[in-house]
Amino acid sequence: MLEGILLGLATAFTIKNLLMVIAGCLIGTLIGMLPGLGPMSIIAIMIPIAIKIGDPSAALILLAGVYYGAIFGGSTSSILINAPGVAGTVATSFDGYPMARKGQAGKALTIAAIASFSGGTIGAILLMGFAPALSSVALLFHSAEYFALMIVGLSAIAAFAGKGMVVKALLMTVMGLLMSTVGESALFNAPRFTMGISDLQSGFSFITLAMALFALPEALYLVLDPKRGKQSSTSNEIKNLRITKEEAIKIAPVIGRQSIQGFLIGVMPGAGATIASFLGYAVERNIAKGEEQDEFGKGSIKGLAAPEAANNAACTGSFVPLLTLGIPGSGTTAILLGALIALNVNPGPRLMIDNPDVFWAVIISMYIGNLVLIFLNLPMIPYIAKLLTIPRNYLIPFILFFTMIGAYIGQNNATELLILVGLGVFATLLRFANYPLAPLLIGFILGGMMEDNFARAVNLTDGIDFMYERPMTLVLLLIGLAMIAVPIYRRRWKKPSQD
Amino acid sequence: MVLDKWIAALFLVVSIAYGYTSFTYQLLPFERNMSFLPNTLPNALAIIAAVLSLIIILSPSQSVGDEESSGDNINVARLVKDYEIGQASYLIIAMIVYALALRPTGFLVSTTLFLMATGWILGERKLHIMTPIAIFSAILIWYLVQETLGLYLRPLPWFLM
Repeated sequence: MLEGILLGLATAFTIKNLLMVIAGCLIGTLIGMLPGLGPMSIIAIMIPIAIKIGDPSAALILLAGVYYGAIFGGSTSSILINAPGVAGTVATSFDGYPMARKGQAGKALTIAAIASFSGGTIGAILLMGFAPALSSVALLFHSAEYFALMIVGLSAIAAFAGKGMVVKALLMTVMGLLMSTVGESALFNAPRFTMGISDLQSGFSFITLAMALFALPEALYLVLDPKRGKQSSTSNEIKNLRITKEEAIKIAPVIGRQSIQGFLIGVMPGAGATIASFLGYAVERNIAKGEEQDEFGKGSIKGLAAPEAANNAACTGSFVPLLTLGIPGSGTTAILLGALIALNVNPGPRLMIDNPDVFWAVIISMYIGNLVLIFLNLPMIPYIAKLLTIPRNYLIPFILFFTMIGAYIGQNNATELLILVGLGVFATLLRFANYPLAPLLIGFILGGMMEDNFARAVNLTDGIDFMYERPMTLVLLLIGLAMIAVPIYRRRWKKPSQD
Repeated sequence: MVLDKWIAALFLVVSIAYGYTSFTYQLLPFERNMSFLPNTLPNALAIIAAVLSLIIILSPSQSVGDEESSGDNINVARLVKDYEIGQASYLIIAMIVYALALRPTGFLVSTTLFLMATGWILGERKLHIMTPIAIFSAILIWYLVQETLGLYLRPLPWFLM
């Protein structure tokens, strides 16, 4: 292994490759900030450039930089304007945006950068040490276990089932699941519930829904209540990056736990950063005690660090099946697989033997990508955070514009924009009526995958016996149900003593 | 009836309509023998959604104090007297007009006008600042998206392209 690391270092530490990773991180961060352009689209866009480079190691180093940069860029828009451009950063906005609203945008971005860096780095170490062994574990997961994993992911909704909100949170989750059934499905032959609207054939778009539920109501609310738009904090407070020693001690174990957990989830093909981030958020919320638990959803640093560490580690974990088995575990790694094949590299069990330079260069480039990202981004954070001090008359038009163009770029369809405005206005009303919006989005994101895996498992076993016959499925289901029920029960149980 | 109950009633109507569509879903001949049908989950979701909506409608109303404490300082009681409903409504209209105009008038023209109009609605009267910012931003984003990233956005109105 040491030989491999040295080979990777020798390949990655050339001036050309270092410039590649710096360029990749910068491009990824800047473009990733635009809602609607996630890592998958940015990498797809960069592939022709990577192929032109010709050298597989240099090309992959560039793409790895773009990948990490795009993930960080996506978190930035989640934190600053509540506009999660990709599903993996939805959980980031749960606490990142409330922190920004409290005037701690600089601190929130710093925590996100550090958690991402740590998640990515720990993930790369695990990838280096355990990739071959983990690839066989990943294959043990079947549809039944994936379905159970989705239920565990859904348990993140418990964080939004506050006092008097349990039924509302459950209803919103069911409405999200219901929306996920609209349009075509991987398993069924005809589109469902499209109401004859051809634009709904492929279902509701994630980006449209995310913008409509998060970014648009927030922008409209800033307009409705101008006092809310006025930052109570000074420009210096907003730009302040400093994390206190106590805060660092608080988030360190969270980052450690979620990096490992996120990596393991990322290893399973199909699970990926989205499940990892929701699950990371749910787990940390459930194990937090007393007041810390109540802080989740209102600007908790743990609630921000957990999904950020988990989604970055999961992104690294998704390279395990790609590099060792040639199986792309996510949309992004599927595009990377295409790039590798175009560069005459065949990922799979023989990659380490046939192209050790590429294998190790990818892993080393992950370290370098993470390092470059944190050194590039930390100095930029005060300037990025300062965007919030732009006067309301200029800031809100741009938030509305980016919200709309984010939904438009992906679909090139004006109907999508009308759906966005309609859902955005309705979501604003839902906020007035005290309905939590996050469970709807969680239900929508996980609903499609949950139904597909459940249907596959039921069809394979001709019934639902798999739920108790497969030990791993049963354990995961019990964990998921406990993670939803226990916090709700605990809150109900605590209620009389509080009143 | 307070707003959350009206919304629950709306969800009830949606779940009944969805349930009706789901329970009367026309299965394809070979789908009938499958253990899990395209309407299996939707049937269950429709029933759960209807039950949850009914629970909200029938349960006692939350007090205003509860709403204030559990929400994000958003208060429906202030909707009419304190909030800038006029500005928000004009912005919604501007967004609808932008959505409809984006393709026929092209990205550059519609985006510039959208940014200027929304700034104006929010009270910005320094057109000598807003106009160049709007034009520059529209060109920059168009150049980034189309020329750099290769995603097509028609820049000019249909009669000039």
